Amino acid sequence: MSMMKRISTIFRAKANKALDKAEDPRETLDYSYQRQIEMLTKVRRGVADVATSRKRVELQINQLQSQSDKLTAQAQKAIDMGREDLAREALTRKSGLTGQMSDLQAQHAQLQREEEKLTLASQRLQAKVESFRTRKETIKATYTAAEAQTRINEAFSGISEEMGDVGMAIQRAEDKTQQMQARAGAVDELIASGALDDASAIGGGDDISRELDAMSSQADVEAELAALKGGSTPAIDAPETPAVEAAPAPSEVSDTESAPVEKGQA
Amino acid sequence: MIVRILGEGQLEVADDRLESLNQLDSDVESAVEAGDEEAFRGALAALLDGVRRHGTPLADDALEDSDLILPPSDATIDEVRALLSDDGLIPG
Repeated sequence: MSMMKRISTIFRAKANKALDKAEDPRETLDYSYQRQIEMLTKVRRGVADVATSRKRVELQINQLQSQSDKLTAQAQKAIDMGREDLAREALTRKSGLTGQMSDLQAQHAQLQREEEKLTLASQRLQAKVESFRTRKETIKATYTAAEAQTRINEAFSGISEEMGDVGMAIQRAEDKTQQMQARAGAVDELIASGALDDASAIGGGDDISRELDAMSSQADVEAELAALKGGSTPAIDAPETPAVEAAPAPSEVSDTESAPVEKGQA
Repeated sequence: MIVRILGEGQLEVADDRLESLNQLDSDVESAVEAGDEEAFRGALAALLDGVRRHGTPLADDALEDSDLILPPSDATIDEVRALLSDDGLIPG
């Protein structure tokens, strides 16, 4: 039992040292209760902090996901236009994002575990604090200061150990969250700078989009031209013709040019 | 016998399980002494699994001291060393 025993002895000694001892042992109960309440607040704040970090990572995963979707769409568009080189470029960038995303997903899982652990720790502590409070009131009501000592030692059993455990859990969660926040900050900066758009670009700028845009606006022009040449021309002109000619027509028609034309047509 | 796994809570373990847990405990200890992080992770997981398998969780509102206190499941060798030293890990 060597290692477990040693850890237990040392842990308990440290936890007990943390107790405030008052002259009247019954007051010690109140001090301790106060500290328990503080610890409860602290662990709840710990849960909230971890949840905030988890949500931040979630948001980043979503942002990277939409970048990645965009690159997939670009690759598809490039293929449709017969530009395999552009499609390859888009997919290469996408694979860079995939690495980032799986890293974030691992962080997310770890934060989730940490959050669950702290939530359970806070529930346990709350139950124990409540139990301690009941016992404390009984001791204060029933025993004299001299008699109270042994009862108090009993009441402290478990709670001081729990306090040490919870305190340590909060500390560890904070350390982990802090490490991740530093990395999350770096990802945020990357997203904000737009660097992820062109992770592997040499010239800089989202050249895939630019090229595809240029190509598609060219394609649009061609399509419109084709439409104009084809039978769709009257459909476009029909509603506009009366409106445009209605205004200038009366004054000008009566003058010179239009009259002979109208006569000729008639 | 009451065993606390740090970060998880307390469990009641039958005394006759002590023998087998002792063996697992000394595996953990030798891994810590050797500074072998991988062997340590495996040995700690086996020890904690043994406790969880043979133990029954204590009620949340129980106010009892543990007979044994074990490191958290994701502890590193350094953290166990800190638990074994007079300073560190438990904040005042």
